[in-house]
Amino acid sequence: MINSSLKTLAQMLANKEISSVELTQTFLNRIDAYNPVINAYIALDHEKTLAQAKAADVRIAAGNATPLTGIPIAQKDIFCAEGWKTTCGSKMLENFIAPYDAHVITQFDHAGAVNLGKTNMDEFAMGSSNETSYFGGVKNPWDFTRVPGGSSGGSAAAVAARLCAAATGTDTGGSIRQPASLCGFTGLKPTYGVVSRYGMIAFASSLDQAGPMAKSAEDCALMMNVMAGFDERDSTSLNRDKEDYTRELYNSNPNKPLQGLRVGLPKEFFADGLDAGVATVIEDAIAEYKKLGAEIVEISLPNTGLSIPVYYVLAPAEASSNLSRYDGVRYGHRASEYTDLMDMYCKSRAEGFGAEVKRRILIGTYVLSAGYYDAYYLKAQQIRRLIAQDFEVAFKKCDVIMGPAAPSTAFKAGEKVDDPVAMYLQDIYTISTNLAGLPGMSVPAGFATSADGKPLPVGLQIIGNYFDEARMLNVAHQYQQVTDWHAQAPTLDKPEGNA
Amino acid sequence: MALSTEDIKKIAHLARIEVSDSDAAATLSKLTGILGLIEQMQAVNTDGIVPMSHSQDVVQRLRDDVVTKTNQREAFQKISPAIGNGSEARAVDGGLYLVPKVIE
Repeated sequence: MINSSLKTLAQMLANKEISSVELTQTFLNRIDAYNPVINAYIALDHEKTLAQAKAADVRIAAGNATPLTGIPIAQKDIFCAEGWKTTCGSKMLENFIAPYDAHVITQFDHAGAVNLGKTNMDEFAMGSSNETSYFGGVKNPWDFTRVPGGSSGGSAAAVAARLCAAATGTDTGGSIRQPASLCGFTGLKPTYGVVSRYGMIAFASSLDQAGPMAKSAEDCALMMNVMAGFDERDSTSLNRDKEDYTRELYNSNPNKPLQGLRVGLPKEFFADGLDAGVATVIEDAIAEYKKLGAEIVEISLPNTGLSIPVYYVLAPAEASSNLSRYDGVRYGHRASEYTDLMDMYCKSRAEGFGAEVKRRILIGTYVLSAGYYDAYYLKAQQIRRLIAQDFEVAFKKCDVIMGPAAPSTAFKAGEKVDDPVAMYLQDIYTISTNLAGLPGMSVPAGFATSADGKPLPVGLQIIGNYFDEARMLNVAHQYQQVTDWHAQAPTLDKPEGNA
Repeated sequence: MALSTEDIKKIAHLARIEVSDSDAAATLSKLTGILGLIEQMQAVNTDGIVPMSHSQDVVQRLRDDVVTKTNQREAFQKISPAIGNGSEARAVDGGLYLVPKVIE
């Protein structure tokens, strides 16, 4: 049951083979057993969760269930949920009980889904290993000595360890796709503006986008049907017609389901810096796509290398502005000792923020300060356009772009924690799509063996053109019809084992 | 450009984050690495390139000038921080937030 697809679970609920309360309790029992070690969840409230499950059972009995009614979902702790502690992984918000619901939370509530709890994350989503969380790191369920990736590391571990049916994440520079790659499941970052940012704690507003993290492309499509849609409370939410993201999954030619699909391989994604084991897995996945009828086209994204410098100007600049709201006056942490108002601000922020968040605020403050704006912020915005234009040119030659989602498999906890620049390079293949505003996915494609002999998951990245999520989901779904990488789950009984 | 610990302290003050001398030194080495990464941008010729702030060319929506929110002051003030300086009391009084005196 814990491995069942969302569609199967919905059928079991509809047929009364199981109730939502039973299903939810199954996951809560697993959370109680494994979370003390894995640390995927940082806020749990069994009473609230089970009350939602009970309400879902009533709704199912009344015959007005949606595809997600009664399904237990883990919510990244970046989404405000009324009455729930919402910390964003920070001491700054350690005691913050959200007074309202994020749009995403409201959408899941309307669908009748059950909120299992809030998941751990890098502080304010700034990190690629979940190690910047004030509430401690998260263990990768495939190997407890390794990180799950980040920033959506708690949601990632919860999906991989089957501590939820599916989860939400957010992706500013790769925070859904890199952990999906490192933990071996399917994750989608939609086109910027497709999912409302209302009530989603802001990091870099022109890049932040929420998306699903789940066991298959089909599950992600069902999640997208709930999460996506126009919301006037987010000024960058796009007013488009409601889509059914499952619409392309079930109507392909069974023999050559992807006949004629043009897959672009950017040569920059296979250059220096890519782990050899990861490269082999990606090549095998591309070979599988050829069998499905895809045609391979070589493309170039010449400005890929600049995406990290550009991102580390734009994201910190936007973060320094967004995080100026944490001043200790109306909510959040206030220092216990201070002399005057200025001292209260400076001490509250020094105590409330962790080291990485402070570094990014300082970088952002510096690049926006008088005299430097043109050399940094404006320059970065100009190169951002060059990066977006690279994709525009590439999509004239292909329908989707494929490559690795991350340059390596999961690395050891502590390995990169003192070297921010090495940590930033984890997002080399994901950041450019955020800058361009394009949708991107990571899909399990196999395993690469680490130096110490552990088989670790590898994710294939699929990048699509604007609003092409339904096609991308089908491209992933067809691969998942002929492979079973996405269905593999770690064995948790033996903390050392990966069998 | 090379930063000094004095620069770090100045930037930290602009950002309203207190830093000790030893923090400033440690931060300096990390920020120098990150700024080195950022410097790669300067090699690119961007003459005439229009800066891009958003991926979609959307304009700010307008709405009718009508009340859309209800007053939830009490709910919002329930999560006000403790007043600090030895007191556990909430930093609100009579619907107002309490801060150190700023006007003599």
